[in-house]
Amino acid sequence: MAAALEILFTASFWVAAVRIASPLIFATLGELICERAGVLNLGIEGIMVAGAFAGWFTVYSGGDLWTGVAVAALTGAAFGLLHGLLTVPLGLSQHVTGIGITLLATSLTYYTYRLALPEVTSPPKIEAFRPLEIPLLADMPLVGPALFAQTPFTYLAFAAAALVAWLLYRTPLGLALRAAGENPDALEAQGLSVTAIRMGAVAAGSALMAVGGAFLTMSAFNSFFFEMVNGRGWVCIALVVFGSWRPGKALLGAILFGAFDAYQVRLQGVVGDAVPYQVFLMLPYVLSILALVAVSRRASYPKALMVPYRKGER
Amino acid sequence: MRLEPRIASPAQTILYPVAAFAATFAFAALLVLLAGVSPLGVFRLVFLGAAGSQFALLETLTRATPLIFTGLAVTVAFRAKLWNIGAEAQLYIGAVVTVVLGTGAVAAPSWALVPLIALAAMLAGGLLLLGPALLKTRFGVDEVVTTLLLNFIVLLFVSLLLEGPLKDPMGLGWPQSQRVVAEAQWPRLVQGKRLHMGFAVAILAALAVWLMLARSVLGYEMRAVGHNAAAARFAGIPVNRVLALTALISGGLAALGGVAEVSGLKGNLTLDLSPGFGYTGIVVAMLALLHPLGVVASAIFVAGIFVGADAMSRAVGVPSYIAEVMTATALLTMGTAIVFTRYRIRWR
Repeated sequence: MAAALEILFTASFWVAAVRIASPLIFATLGELICERAGVLNLGIEGIMVAGAFAGWFTVYSGGDLWTGVAVAALTGAAFGLLHGLLTVPLGLSQHVTGIGITLLATSLTYYTYRLALPEVTSPPKIEAFRPLEIPLLADMPLVGPALFAQTPFTYLAFAAAALVAWLLYRTPLGLALRAAGENPDALEAQGLSVTAIRMGAVAAGSALMAVGGAFLTMSAFNSFFFEMVNGRGWVCIALVVFGSWRPGKALLGAILFGAFDAYQVRLQGVVGDAVPYQVFLMLPYVLSILALVAVSRRASYPKALMVPYRKGER
Repeated sequence: MRLEPRIASPAQTILYPVAAFAATFAFAALLVLLAGVSPLGVFRLVFLGAAGSQFALLETLTRATPLIFTGLAVTVAFRAKLWNIGAEAQLYIGAVVTVVLGTGAVAAPSWALVPLIALAAMLAGGLLLLGPALLKTRFGVDEVVTTLLLNFIVLLFVSLLLEGPLKDPMGLGWPQSQRVVAEAQWPRLVQGKRLHMGFAVAILAALAVWLMLARSVLGYEMRAVGHNAAAARFAGIPVNRVLALTALISGGLAALGGVAEVSGLKGNLTLDLSPGFGYTGIVVAMLALLHPLGVVASAIFVAGIFVGADAMSRAVGVPSYIAEVMTATALLTMGTAIVFTRYRIRWR
């Protein structure tokens, strides 16, 4: 029992928690932007796969790391535009289209991977982002290494959360975006285009999802392999609800989830073979469902979420 | 740009879906060109691999069998707007029940054991979906996320079983179950070939689902709930009970697919029993426009692409993932085609 508690006071645990949370922060923010504008984006899982590959492959082919991040973002935005085109002006089912985008992005990625690297058996590694210690701050106990000795990619995740919060609540664009998800008629009455705002939001949100995927290959695992996203996208959809569509709460939710995930890995070491390892691996998914059950009754969905907007229709 | 409802002419209702398939093949051709191979040659190999011989055709029908079951599961659920993305998990639970009961635990003659396993598996699959359905009706939890997450939980659960209680002691350490006993096996439809009774059961299931949706009170209530749950409730339809029954039927159908794969084809349970049949079932159902009999046709079409692409990939070096790309593209283009038949685009 004492050993299970001691885990909480090791720096490596908190470092891992924040590292695990980083890709989730990007992707959760991405989904949050889409949903705040009124569009559910179930393409998230596939877009993360595509982003993970695009970023990794750019660096593998000789590009530098930040170029990789940019390429991943553009890849995500492209899939986002497709999702937006089909669901916003054409009004296709957001559920079905999202699943379709996930299937398309995943299979296109695997196809490209096999085409580009036909012979490899073990995935090649790249020179990924290195931890960058921030002087003085990194020397604080526990919090220091966890927050100030991560890779620049993690710092970007925190910056993205701040930026999204500022955009949503402090700018006219954010107001328009939120209106698109709450009351699109009011937005149209202002002379703004619901279609344009929603399309833009889905493209931008999808770019963030892809950057989250790229974190996996460029800051966590250093190589690309199949199944590496492994349901993280779906977890992020749960995190958006858990964070009640607010960037700050979503950030906290992601870190909480990261801490839980890091904890279950370490707990396996303490408990040993007494409990099958699969039980620990299940816990994050079970936790996501439980979190949904806990908050869903009082969740306040964006009112126009999943409602296609047709001008002049009531 | 806006959409204006219209009634399409008969020519248009045929033309747009055909255009959707043309677009799908055009996109695939582009990808094949990237691989440096002639698209026409590749499509010819895919076709021959799927339907060029008796062996190929039977293989396609064998592959279509689980897809008919998952396609029907999705059809039933989506008709009532219950977004069951968890057919993958329900299929695996069906397979688990099959090996739990079918590897010697129950000694019974074939005529009793086969239906017993099928019913128990369907119940388990149905209950697996009933959970998310109840969470939706009682707590307002979105069933998309819960069914998706359950796919991962169930796969880990199967892994746990295959490395623990269900592990085959003679399996040389591989995570696989024992083989089902002879009395639990489903007979082959063609002597000496892989096509098995599951295909016939799948067609019967499609007929049954069609009758239920089109002719029964429950089917009517399911469609009403799917069209407009608030109006259905106002009309006195017990919406929550209809959704619960929908979940039981949908999950049961997917689970039956798992039974068929184990009892009819593989003989035992492994972690790679399903290469995403649950997810592909969504494509199958949508290509069939959620019509149960159409599901049979679209499952055979989708299975043909997969079987043909495997054969093609062995002959020329184009990755077989082209099959997944094509089915996903078909899903999106077909959805677009349907919008175009129902609406006219006004640019101003």
